[in-house]
Amino acid sequence: MANTHEMSKKPARTVKEPAKRDFLTKSLAGLTTALVGFILYPLGKFLKQPPAAGGNVKRTLAAKVGEVPNDSGKIFRFGNDPGIIFRTPGGELKAFTAVCTHLSCTVQYVPVESYILCACHNGKYDLNGQVISGPPPRPLEEYQVDIQGDDIMVTRA
Amino acid sequence: MAKINDFIAERLPLDDVMNALKHKQVPVHKRSIFYYLGGICLYLLIVQVITGILLLFYYQPTEAAAYESVKFIMTKVSFGWLVRSIHAWSANLLIFAIFLHLFSTFLLKAYRPPRELTWMTGMALFGVCLGLGFTGYLLPWNELAYFATKVGTEMTSAVPVIGDTMKEFLRGGSNVTGATLTRFFAFHIWILPLTLAGIVGIHLLLVQKLGMSRPLSQQSKPKRSMPFLPHFALRDLNVWLVVLAILVGLSYYFPAHLGDPANPMAPTPVGILPEWYFLFMFQSLKLFPPHILGIEGEVFGILLFSLAGVFLLLVPFIDKKSAKGQKSPLFTALGWFMISFVVFMTIWGKFG
Repeated sequence: MANTHEMSKKPARTVKEPAKRDFLTKSLAGLTTALVGFILYPLGKFLKQPPAAGGNVKRTLAAKVGEVPNDSGKIFRFGNDPGIIFRTPGGELKAFTAVCTHLSCTVQYVPVESYILCACHNGKYDLNGQVISGPPPRPLEEYQVDIQGDDIMVTRA
Repeated sequence: MAKINDFIAERLPLDDVMNALKHKQVPVHKRSIFYYLGGICLYLLIVQVITGILLLFYYQPTEAAAYESVKFIMTKVSFGWLVRSIHAWSANLLIFAIFLHLFSTFLLKAYRPPRELTWMTGMALFGVCLGLGFTGYLLPWNELAYFATKVGTEMTSAVPVIGDTMKEFLRGGSNVTGATLTRFFAFHIWILPLTLAGIVGIHLLLVQKLGMSRPLSQQSKPKRSMPFLPHFALRDLNVWLVVLAILVGLSYYFPAHLGDPANPMAPTPVGILPEWYFLFMFQSLKLFPPHILGIEGEVFGILLFSLAGVFLLLVPFIDKKSAKGQKSPLFTALGWFMISFVVFMTIWGKFG
């Protein structure tokens, strides 16, 4: 007890209150930020869908030779996207992405009139993938076509 | 019974609520009919919640099962066709009622002080309901829904800087797939309805607190009114019964379609159209050339619609004349222009 009494007689240590408060406020702010970060980081990562398999496919089988007669087209799966392959009235095989450059609807080959149509907003492309009319802002990306036996193979750059 | 009433009254301020409602007055004038629109929206919303919960008993939100489960509801479940048709029709009527509610509020300048927040929460509710319509449309996983969702989510990429991230977040990847379906299900069943419930609460609280707005044109006329309870509430109920009859009639004679299942590897069918309430935007976007002022036409168009949305949201603060209680013919003209634009573009989109 005597000891305690003696201690209480000692002059109080001078503590800079504002500095202490400032330190505590900053620590609390830092810890809160860290806590929010600890919650938001995994949450953000959780909401991002893991990449689907097949996204990096560079080459695929588009169709069998007999499936694409003159002046006709076919949609094929290229990784996770649709592609379009068609044979022009002159017999030339061509392949493009089937994703319209406007709002990503799937295009189709229009026989007789021989052009590529996107039915969503009436966008039209010629047989080289260039925009003829309608809202598409860019041409369609073209793929290389080669034939291996009975298979029509398509490759993207 | 009296004991139970006393027990509840001691613990819950229900008497205060009833007293407030008993003292509430609804203005009577030649534009009073527009006061029923808010109630109609609320009623249709309740129908949506009930039928939505019923559909959840059978619906399966996966790419493989969604279409078949909706087909099962339509063909095998007793009255399944009716429940789904009422859900679909009620959604359409709700959007239509919100359009009417919004434009009548705009033309009557009911957004003027002190009802700025009521207007802004109303606009937020409109946005959430459009979101519910958009996400719900995909759930049957049919061909129409698939391409409508493809176009709709692609539009978000027009938002500067974060557009592509937003698109990927909504789609759950770079394409519309089963992952998109699961996400849209989460939005449609939990995220948007919870948001909606919160905002509806605030909206109704504001309506109760501030009362009904008396239009500027009726200010100089004799101020007549009727009690909310029971006079206006009973009229509200009558209107709801009429709406129910319309809803059931439409569902019976024009049941909801299902169409063909979605096929991501099929070309977009010719003649495809979005839901009618997005048609005016769809039609307008068709008219923009590929490039305007150095940016892509669709980006330009979407930015223009976003600006119009922000303008509508903030109109209570922009329309200074109404705020002072003066006539504001410029904003009346703007209101009629917007209505004409939406109606004209919708008809053109549908039949043009």
